Amino acid sequence: MLTAVVAVMLYAAGLVMMAGLGYRVWLYARTPAPLKIPTMPAPMTQRGVVMRMFSEVVFFRSLFKGNKWIWLFGWVFHLALALVLMRHLRYFLQPVPEIVVLIQPLGVLAGLAMVAALAALWARRFLVARIRYISGPSDHLMLALLLAIGASGFGMKFIAPTDIVAVKAFFLGLIYFDWQPLPADPALLIHLALVALLMFVFPFSKLLHAPGVFFSPTRNQVDDSRERRHVPPVRLETVPR
Amino acid sequence: MAVEQSNFDPVARGRGDPVEMPTLACGAMVGSKPYVASPVHQQALGFPGELVEDWQEKAIARLGQLLKESRALRVYLDACVRCGACTDKCHYFLGTGDPNNMPVARQNLLRKVYRRYFTLSGRLFPWLVGAQDLTKDVLDEWYSYFHQCSQCRRCSVFCPYGIDTAEISMAARDIMDSIGLGQKYSNEIIGKVFSVGNNLGLNPKALKATLAGLEDDIEEDTGLPVRLPLDEKGADILLVTPSADFFASPHMEGLIGYAKVLHQSGISWTLSTQASEAANFGMFVGSQEAMQKIALRIRKAAQDLGVKRIVFGECGHAWRVAYSFLDTLAGPFDFLDRNYPVPQHICEFTYDLIEKGQLRFDKSKNDEVRLTFHDSCNVARGSGMGGMPGGQFEIPRAILRAVCNHFFDMAPETIRESTLCCGGGGGLLTDELMDVRLKGAMPRMRALRDVADEHGVTHMAAICAICKAQFSKVLPRYGFEMDSIVSVHQMVSNALVLTGSRQEAELDGKGDAALAEA
Ligand code: SF4
Ligand code: SF4
Repeated sequence: MLTAVVAVMLYAAGLVMMAGLGYRVWLYARTPAPLKIPTMPAPMTQRGVVMRMFSEVVFFRSLFKGNKWIWLFGWVFHLALALVLMRHLRYFLQPVPEIVVLIQPLGVLAGLAMVAALAALWARRFLVARIRYISGPSDHLMLALLLAIGASGFGMKFIAPTDIVAVKAFFLGLIYFDWQPLPADPALLIHLALVALLMFVFPFSKLLHAPGVFFSPTRNQVDDSRERRHVPPVRLETVPR
Repeated sequence: MAVEQSNFDPVARGRGDPVEMPTLACGAMVGSKPYVASPVHQQALGFPGELVEDWQEKAIARLGQLLKESRALRVYLDACVRCGACTDKCHYFLGTGDPNNMPVARQNLLRKVYRRYFTLSGRLFPWLVGAQDLTKDVLDEWYSYFHQCSQCRRCSVFCPYGIDTAEISMAARDIMDSIGLGQKYSNEIIGKVFSVGNNLGLNPKALKATLAGLEDDIEEDTGLPVRLPLDEKGADILLVTPSADFFASPHMEGLIGYAKVLHQSGISWTLSTQASEAANFGMFVGSQEAMQKIALRIRKAAQDLGVKRIVFGECGHAWRVAYSFLDTLAGPFDFLDRNYPVPQHICEFTYDLIEKGQLRFDKSKNDEVRLTFHDSCNVARGSGMGGMPGGQFEIPRAILRAVCNHFFDMAPETIRESTLCCGGGGGLLTDELMDVRLKGAMPRMRALRDVADEHGVTHMAAICAICKAQFSKVLPRYGFEMDSIVSVHQMVSNALVLTGSRQEAELDGKGDAALAEA
């Protein structure tokens, strides 16, 4: 019974996330960018734009220019999250890939860094008047959710260890539609429920910044408007001349 | 809507760190609103004359339409994470402390309505995601705060997703226009461009007289018949310049500079009555239709006159529209000579001649001037020059260094891509907004004060008609001379030694006697 509930919950969460994100990406891709609006100075070649996007997505370059503290906490959080997610691959893949084995020792450190960075980001929302002003309930709750996911994960690691082998069997079962029983440990159940919640809200929340950044015209456009005509969408062409 | 009398003291506040964090002053600027456009001005642009009966419904429908037409708007309304990196980047926030002038808070004014009507989370849990109904109060906030954004895009430089508050402001103004709540200043001006051809409503006769007067002045000064041709068919270059260049100071001195440079180049050129205005306020009000209609005048003038090239004078947002949008809005320009950029900036033109050694300068003519350069926001962050990233920063500076012995840059966080707006851009250059203009200029005035103290800087050059007009107004309030704002081509004009001119004779050691003999 428990296994079935959790399995259905995770399937549903995955489905909502994928479908929601897919719809959003489709919307972004379909909506025209009628004018050239890159924030200048901008790269003058497509290659340059790829480099610009890379430095934004991987190093948060603009944020670095904007505010060193936010950059530090934000970047550490995302990097740590990436490591933690990669480490989690060991629960979904058999055999475990080399790279995942390699970063295994970093897992706990990354987890700690993630939680610390989240705490720092949250502290800013209380301590800095400007940031307090712009923070709404959803901004606080998102940080709370991420922190709770981290905390429940650490709970399993250090306080109430769960049967990792059974958990892995459960996830492999999910993937191959051959359900295996899930251990009924509270920390594990909380952890999974929170992750499912995160997946549910992903396409309806500010987490849309993840796909959004790739579609930002100020960042992904080439500065070549004098060399190559940026063809206007239909509405602009209808004006008589 | 009287102008709020505030006890802001520019002289006292004009010193200090240009980007110093203000203390939050909630609602401090809520009373700052421009005059509402009258029905006549609205209808001339095809907008409803006054706030329509079902404005709420109409506004939401218009927002829906814009979401379909602008990827920037759609992505930017979704992507913001309230990280706060932009919060201290707006000069209006730095100058006023009003938290609604923080870029993210300004965006949120529109975002909360977007959320309420266009997102699932906002429909189901408005309190959770800060979604709000579009009420009259919200509309009033829009009218105040979307007219306290000069669309300078400084915030977009520092946002991890490049969220451009200017795009949001333009959309909000477009929505307000569409329900009959337009801004008088901008819409009246656009109307004038449609009916007369320029922002100032200067008719062809007056224009001709002005140009003749300038020709006399130049001849008196140089002894040469430098021309300012108008509507001359078959000229090589069509010069499109902001109409302020025809009558205001220091704009006019800049126009004299272009005329001298063009004269020295030997290339034939002309101004056009039809396109006697480079400015395009269609951008400020977020109306692509108006922007295109204004841009098409330039295409038509170029075709009617049969020119081969289009060169733009010193105007910030006009150059953005020209550089980034003109080809899209009014192209293709296949009837022009494609060996030259279409369009070209007068600074690019002058710089090319300097590079080729075709201009001779007597820098000592600018020796009483200790100069700095104000990067105008639309040039800095909305356009380019010289076909290289950052050319818009280097080329004007290279010109100034070539014509002036004493040049000093302001603090790095206040120039180039991080430049601070003059405080009067984006359709805010109107008297009833003087309070917010004065406060918004504060960061720039502090940066100027720093170089004045440190390097004895006396003058600041700019290549934007709005910057020049705004600074002429606010500089005296901050304790500077009114004429410490100069045009880049005014500096060029001072130092340029035209072939065969009185200045040349003087420089080469021949006095008036020798000139008379010749
Ligand atoms: S910097 Fe960008 S993401 Fe951060 S609060 Fe400002 S607009 Fe939002
Ligand atoms: S575009 Fe400029 S004026 Fe507008 S919010 Fe951003 S920084 Fe402020």
